[in-house]
Amino acid sequence: MNRFAKSWASAAVSLAVGIALLFGLPGVMDDYTLIEVTIYAVMSILGVSLAFIWGFGGILCFGQAAFFGLGSYTYAIAVMNMGDSTVPFLLAIVVPALFAALLGYVIFYGRLSDVYMGVITLTVTLILFNLVNSTAGPEWRIGSAPLGGFNGIPAIPTLNWPGQQDEVLTPKDLFYVTFTCLLLVYLGLRVLIASKIGRVIVAAKENEQRVLLLGYDARVYKLFSFTLGGAIAGLAGCLFANWGAFTSPTIFGLAQSAQIIIWVIVGGLGTLVGPIVGCVAIQWLTSQIGTQQAFNANLVLGAILVVFVLLVPRGIVPTLGDLIDMAWRRWRKAPAHAPKVAMPAAAPTEPPRALAATETAP
Amino acid sequence: MDLAFVVLIQVLYAVASLVIVSAGLAVIFGMMKVINLAHGEFMMLGAYAVIAALKLGINLWIAIFVVAPIAVGVVGVVLERLVIRRLYGRMVDTMLATWGLSLLLVGIVTSVAGNTTAGVSAPLGSFSVGAYSVSGYTLVIIAVAVALALAIRFVLTRTQLGLIARGTMQKPDMANALGISPSRVYSVTFAVGAALSGLAGGLLAPLTGVVPTMGAAFVAKAFITVIGGGPAILAGLLGASGLFGAINQLATFATTPVLGEVALLVAAIVMLRLLPQGITGRFFKGSL
Repeated sequence: MNRFAKSWASAAVSLAVGIALLFGLPGVMDDYTLIEVTIYAVMSILGVSLAFIWGFGGILCFGQAAFFGLGSYTYAIAVMNMGDSTVPFLLAIVVPALFAALLGYVIFYGRLSDVYMGVITLTVTLILFNLVNSTAGPEWRIGSAPLGGFNGIPAIPTLNWPGQQDEVLTPKDLFYVTFTCLLLVYLGLRVLIASKIGRVIVAAKENEQRVLLLGYDARVYKLFSFTLGGAIAGLAGCLFANWGAFTSPTIFGLAQSAQIIIWVIVGGLGTLVGPIVGCVAIQWLTSQIGTQQAFNANLVLGAILVVFVLLVPRGIVPTLGDLIDMAWRRWRKAPAHAPKVAMPAAAPTEPPRALAATETAP
Repeated sequence: MDLAFVVLIQVLYAVASLVIVSAGLAVIFGMMKVINLAHGEFMMLGAYAVIAALKLGINLWIAIFVVAPIAVGVVGVVLERLVIRRLYGRMVDTMLATWGLSLLLVGIVTSVAGNTTAGVSAPLGSFSVGAYSVSGYTLVIIAVAVALALAIRFVLTRTQLGLIARGTMQKPDMANALGISPSRVYSVTFAVGAALSGLAGGLLAPLTGVVPTMGAAFVAKAFITVIGGGPAILAGLLGASGLFGAINQLATFATTPVLGEVALLVAAIVMLRLLPQGITGRFFKGSL
């Protein structure tokens, strides 16, 4: 199989597994577990948003949580003012996208390098956190929605069926909505990446100069992928606000931003499934850590991040993929009696390193 | 008149604290092109070093000016040997690894010291200017910032060490051929940067609550200052601190401290749009 076919095969498998889970899980799980799975799906959408702009667009955004938080707050404020949730749902996607477009314009059209980009997005997140955190007093309200400062916004009206304000979604409905969103985002990005636009985006990541010489304005493509990433993160934020009917400034925080990066690094940069795997694994791990006192969650997350950057820079999914690939070749090419020396023949399958970081070496 | 004087002192103080907070980062980034996202946590360690030293009965000034820089400098050497040295030339990986280190340090300190706020009371009391009163410690911060800038300039331009360091950063191979070990120079530079961060943490300990997560409050300002400053270490540091510190403090006077920070950020982003290489990328080219 060539890489292209393999990538479609993996996409098909991922989608099949996803659809099976979508229809299978509500049957076998009680409502409580289903709510737990819903938050994993919400966070996976967030993870995928960064996986797309970083792994495929080459845009290192340390502040993806900014769009997540904006989406969450936009939904909360809009739905408290409007009642019906359809327009707030859309606004929660549009507002972060516009913010991303504005920020992206400054960054890409200023031709700031990767590293500056990381620092600026990080700073924006921190500033938003401080800003929202300081809105505790009763004078801070937008329309009829008090911002609540560090207390967050409680009792957010959750999604209802479009136009029917009394038909509020049950937790099971929310699971279906969230999981479907995840699958649609995955499928949409998959198709986008395979399209011509997607190829230019990936090409701009690999070599911006060359893309410019071919007549494409790399900045436009980068801006587009950054904005799309912001929109997806906003969607995740909106679903997050629905999940707990609550939102607070901590979702802008440094810890949140760090987690998203860790999901992508652990799962595998340059894939869309990897960050979902990383997200579920890390989220599960953090909730396990939360149940005991010996280790602090930050300590474990930090250690994981350092270890993966140093030792497994490609992440779990690509590394596993290589192992499976190698095993498959060995099984097919080397019959039982073949000497072990035949093995190195499989070595050249090493695909280009996913982490574009190495190419920025001076 | 008194008000004008107090405002002037406050603006100078804002500029000086930016210089102090960013100096360690500026040295590490400016010299080694390593973005140290654990910078805030180095400061946090410095603050905890001061608290630990005070518990042992050491004089506050010795704790700030001697114990904190040395303790954090040692931590810096260890981390450079264990992690950062493996990632030179890979800026993005270094950023990620140092971010991991920052989480790790927060986790370790939380496990050891607990998630509570410790405090040091500000020494020196205050003096009055007309109807206003100014904390004496404010003047110490301003004085230290001036001394720090002069010291960095002196070390880089007038000493053998600074010459070797600058040469190694520009052409490591050439320095190596001349018998200088680049890896040792990197190590020492990183340690100096870490020590400066530790000093900053120690100096700010009496002004802020000391908690394991305190680093996050400074790291954004420090980064914006260093990036806004551009390639020249000292001129960039002073230029960006002067600009952003003044904007921050004046906006704080006019509105609230949080909006002051927002003004700082907006100013920084607008400036980077106009001067992508930072202040010293266009002006003061070739200065230190």
